[in-house]
Amino acid sequence: MTLWFAILAVAVVSFSIKAAGPLLLTGRQLPAWSGAVIALLAPALLAALIVVEVLGPQWTDVHWPVLAGLAAVVVAHLLRAPMLLAVLAGVAATALLRAVT
Amino acid sequence: MRPPEPDVPVEDARQRFRAGLRIGIGLAAASFVLAVTFGATARTEGWGVLAPVVCSVLVFSGSAQFALATALAGGGGVAPAVASAALINGRFLPMGMAVTASLKGSRWRRALEAQSVVDASWVAAHLGGGRFDRERLIGATIVQWPAWVAGTAVGVLLAPPPDLVERLGLDVVFPAFFLLLLLGEVRASRRAVAAAGIGAVTSAGLLWVVPTGIALLGATVGALIGLFRPKISDDGSRP
Repeated sequence: MTLWFAILAVAVVSFSIKAAGPLLLTGRQLPAWSGAVIALLAPALLAALIVVEVLGPQWTDVHWPVLAGLAAVVVAHLLRAPMLLAVLAGVAATALLRAVT
Repeated sequence: MRPPEPDVPVEDARQRFRAGLRIGIGLAAASFVLAVTFGATARTEGWGVLAPVVCSVLVFSGSAQFALATALAGGGGVAPAVASAALINGRFLPMGMAVTASLKGSRWRRALEAQSVVDASWVAAHLGGGRFDRERLIGATIVQWPAWVAGTAVGVLLAPPPDLVERLGLDVVFPAFFLLLLLGEVRASRRAVAAAGIGAVTSAGLLWVVPTGIALLGATVGALIGLFRPKISDDGSRP
């Protein structure tokens, strides 16, 4: 019962968080500076998502095969590999390093 | 300034929706894998079969669902668990605000359309300069949702060993996608590079003192670089 309540509560909260922007801002003209800030939310958040996933709380999740895998992704990207192929290169590099170490 | 309801030709809108679907397929594959691990984790923690799947249908957010499972397993009670999931999803507040002007219809319809805001779709729909492609956003998300739910069901039913994902290197999938999306974003301008740098350093530092959700939310200070006027013709739009 507790579990179901928690699931329902998280669903309602998540819905509300996403709905808040449109409910509050629709029909309102945003100030001119907001466009530039909004444009830079994407790189700031993406960088943080990577950092959080790679480091973990108090940096306890750092695994060097993951870092090597991400390096492989960058190399594949620079060699103009399409997105999925670049991701697969990272997966393969990480799996290989974990297998041999 | 973009008008609130852009008048786009139907054909063009359909093409952009299809472009979103194409992007979404790759992301859906990644979501599926992550969902399998969520299903398996939740099953191990005694959620049963139905609850994890319902959770994926209703919440549809990997980070929040893992936060919920972790916090509930920690035994701190329901309120802190719900709060930690809410904090993790706090980033969707500025992200939802950002897309509002690019969505269509009344505020309630836009609130509903804004449910399609998930990390990768939101970035894929970013046109630069703070404008978003509504059709691409919805298209990219609409294929990820069933994949997320199906993956959870598979994870619950098969319950693969927890270390399988790591052994196969699949824990790289999500950071890899985010990294590729970031590489695309930072090409737009030097300010994007600065925003990413500040976001990364801020979140890395915050991870030592606050929960993950607050670290993510705190990283948005990087976007405040936008308050400073660019010195050169560096307006944040893509080439």
